[in-house]
Amino acid sequence: MEDAGFILGSYFVTFATVAFVAWRFVRHGRRLSEQVPDDDKHWL
Amino acid sequence: MTLIEQDPLAPRASTSATTGTRATRLLGLATIVSMAWLVAFGLGFSPADRDQEEAVRILYVHVPTIWIAYLAFVVTALASAVYLFGRNHSLGFDRLAGASAEVGVVFVAVTLVVGSLWGRLTWGVFWRWDPRLTTTALLFVSYIGYLAVRRLGGSHHQRARRSSVIGLLAVLEIPLVHWSVRLWRSLHQEATVLDPGGDVDMDGLMLFSLFVGVVSFTLLYVWLLMHRTRAMAMEDLLDDQGLDVALQARRAEAGGL
Repeated sequence: MEDAGFILGSYFVTFATVAFVAWRFVRHGRRLSEQVPDDDKHWL
Repeated sequence: MTLIEQDPLAPRASTSATTGTRATRLLGLATIVSMAWLVAFGLGFSPADRDQEEAVRILYVHVPTIWIAYLAFVVTALASAVYLFGRNHSLGFDRLAGASAEVGVVFVAVTLVVGSLWGRLTWGVFWRWDPRLTTTALLFVSYIGYLAVRRLGGSHHQRARRSSVIGLLAVLEIPLVHWSVRLWRSLHQEATVLDPGGDVDMDGLMLFSLFVGVVSFTLLYVWLLMHRTRAMAMEDLLDDQGLDVALQARRAEAGGL
């Protein structure tokens, strides 16, 4: 059972970290996008 | 019909308040689906190992995260080289280098934490100053330094020149990390898949689970990279605009004297 805690903990740490980073990137991008006109967004 | 001339000084509209596009949304969806597959194969379908038993399941997140971190740092180095030696010195490549390093640092951090949990299970300790662990920690610290240098003052091109040099030097640590298990006596096991002899001594389902992990984290890397480079482009643009406003205010102030 001790192994299960470490194994599940590894998956939790991995997915929680990447989900948090993804959320930060998207939120930061949204905040910046509100200040920048569409003409300057080369991806649109 | 009346034609109204647009005021060139009027603020331009922003209707799309996101860094996402159809491509990133599709890529995000593919990433989520592949991550679900990774959990299913990593924790469910793949068999236990003869020696490590269930602990081997950590491999399916530990190994892909460090491989994608290596990929991220190689992309940083290549983009740095294109910026530094290219004719145009395009800041787009500098931003690509910076965004890739940020994602790489996250992946190395995950590798170190997950690796320490695996170490506790197999070696009985969370950390040892083992060659592989130490060189990986050094790689992590080097790229933290790279990101710190990017935040120093100066123009965008000064930032790009400084960080490009570091990006090209820091990538040389990757072979050291990879070969550390052979160069020195190490607790860490040697390469199973990226073995120089090309002999993959691994169960088929285990290898497939690892492959699912690599695909998942590669998709995630590209998705994060696309969002971050777009955000960085807007950061640079807003920096330039802020500088223009400050210069105009300074000129107006000087003119009023």
